[in-house]
Amino acid sequence: MSTLTLALRDSSTMLRRNLLHARRYPSLTLNLLLTPVMLLLLFVYILGDTMSAGIGGGTPDRSAYIAYVVPGLLLMTIGSTTIGTAVSVSNDMTEGIIARFRTMAIHRPSVLVGHVLGSVLQCVTSVVLVGAVALAIGFRSTHATALEWLAAFALLVLFATALTWIAVGMGLASPNAEAASNSAMPLILLPLLSSAFTPVHSMPGWFQPIAQYQPFTPAIETLRGLLLGTGIGNNAWLAVAWCVGLTALGYLWSTARFNTDPK
Amino acid sequence: MPSSVMPTSNHNDGHPSQVAISAAGLRKSYGDKTVLDGIDLNIPAGSVFALLGPNGAGKTTAVKILSTLITADAGQARVGGHGLTTNPQAVRAAIGVTGQFSAVDGLITGEENMLLMADLHHLPKPEGRRVAAELLERFDLTAAAKKPASTYSGGMKRRLDIAMTLVGSPRIIFLDEPTTGLDPRSRHTMWQIIRELVTGGVTVFLTTQYLEEADQLADRIAVLNNGKIAAEGTAEQLKRLVPGGHVRLRFTDPTAYRTATHTLPTATGDNESLTLQIPSGATQHELRTLLDHLHTTGIEADELTVHTPDLDDVFFALTDTAHIPHQPTEATR
Repeated sequence: MSTLTLALRDSSTMLRRNLLHARRYPSLTLNLLLTPVMLLLLFVYILGDTMSAGIGGGTPDRSAYIAYVVPGLLLMTIGSTTIGTAVSVSNDMTEGIIARFRTMAIHRPSVLVGHVLGSVLQCVTSVVLVGAVALAIGFRSTHATALEWLAAFALLVLFATALTWIAVGMGLASPNAEAASNSAMPLILLPLLSSAFTPVHSMPGWFQPIAQYQPFTPAIETLRGLLLGTGIGNNAWLAVAWCVGLTALGYLWSTARFNTDPK
Repeated sequence: MPSSVMPTSNHNDGHPSQVAISAAGLRKSYGDKTVLDGIDLNIPAGSVFALLGPNGAGKTTAVKILSTLITADAGQARVGGHGLTTNPQAVRAAIGVTGQFSAVDGLITGEENMLLMADLHHLPKPEGRRVAAELLERFDLTAAAKKPASTYSGGMKRRLDIAMTLVGSPRIIFLDEPTTGLDPRSRHTMWQIIRELVTGGVTVFLTTQYLEEADQLADRIAVLNNGKIAAEGTAEQLKRLVPGGHVRLRFTDPTAYRTATHTLPTATGDNESLTLQIPSGATQHELRTLLDHLHTTGIEADELTVHTPDLDDVFFALTDTAHIPHQPTEATR
């Protein structure tokens, strides 16, 4: 069996294992889904008038703010889901079965790839569910073509893959689930410091470059452009570069951690 | 000292299949604590080898190194004909490992655990299902097959663990303290399982802190103490290493007991139970000499028992120099 078929086969086996876990114990996934949904309702119904008045030059328009805030919240959903990934990877590493995997003639990274694939699927599911809530409260995509929808989906998957590999590394580097949860906090805090809720140009001048070039803002601006027809500029390239870079970094970090001798 | 116990090198062995596991000078330290201090092993294929030692002797570390879980700081080892460091994947393909802490996935059912193993050994689906069902049946887990493994008892988990290890039909099996924490019935079931494995030609490397277990199961035993192999051989060879044999005389009459104590200067007495221990071998000649002596001095004990050295004596003698080998042999658990 060639290395590639071995990798594919073992990775799909590990994915099945992780999907079984997720299906048996869905509570963690549901908890993490609650945060973006709550934030969506909070920003639209409670803060919506004020926020939209600030952005729209004084006129409160809650429905306009739904359109503004949804792309950011969809990406925040991914950040939130990957916190669960860090926790479950950290938990999984304490299981005896991981030691068994290490002593079997399997494709080693498949243990991690299984987690990543499972997590990306969970991200997609969560994004669809949050998207459904957004549609229910009035979000509408304006004249997005099929190609733009496809590109939006591809971006979400790419972004989920990048954050998941980073989260897997965090899970592997953490001694326990609590530490994993803490170290993954930036994944849900970063969107608050991005253009998810307010435009970057409304932020303090010294902070604008940070907000502009951190991983979330280019992805949010690209998604906004694809779904709502706003200008994308070089954000698409920035977003793809961030995704590829974070994926490579997360992969190298995770596999290196996994290959070091366990205690 | 350990290197003098046996020859180790088999690098030019024309029949690598005859030697299942060989190691020379394995070392491992954590920080400034030396866990393994130069271990040499040579285990023939198809035999049961027991690594016997107290807690913290380095048994688990030895298993972890030989099963490719961790790397040694120094030394070479070949398992199943492959170098540990040069071809770990080939070693992994030849071995099965049941660690000290159950290596089962508690979140999924026993059956799912088995099918997971079948998939990872790349068995075709129908064959995987057949092998899983057979092993679940063989290890008496069919009734519990659909329940999450986390709900299993200690004995059931250990059986599932071994069943999972057997899915890939490994030629060499590592069992790290396979009966620790099991009740007597489960322990005997486990012994039976291990004996059955060997009849199939599998090499078993087991660790234990129970002398009885090593005596019951192993063809060869190595006593590991403070990271070194203190002695190695068959149970009989090890027993010969220490002079633990004695004859025990029990009296009911305190006067007879006191008289005997004075007459037999080599004996050690226990005034509470009125028993005397006289160092002696268990050969006919030695016993006859002793009995003749008792007869001529007019000592009439109410009960006479012959005690031959067992592995407890060996263990205490080898693992603790401050300890006297003639300790009463209590059950070790």
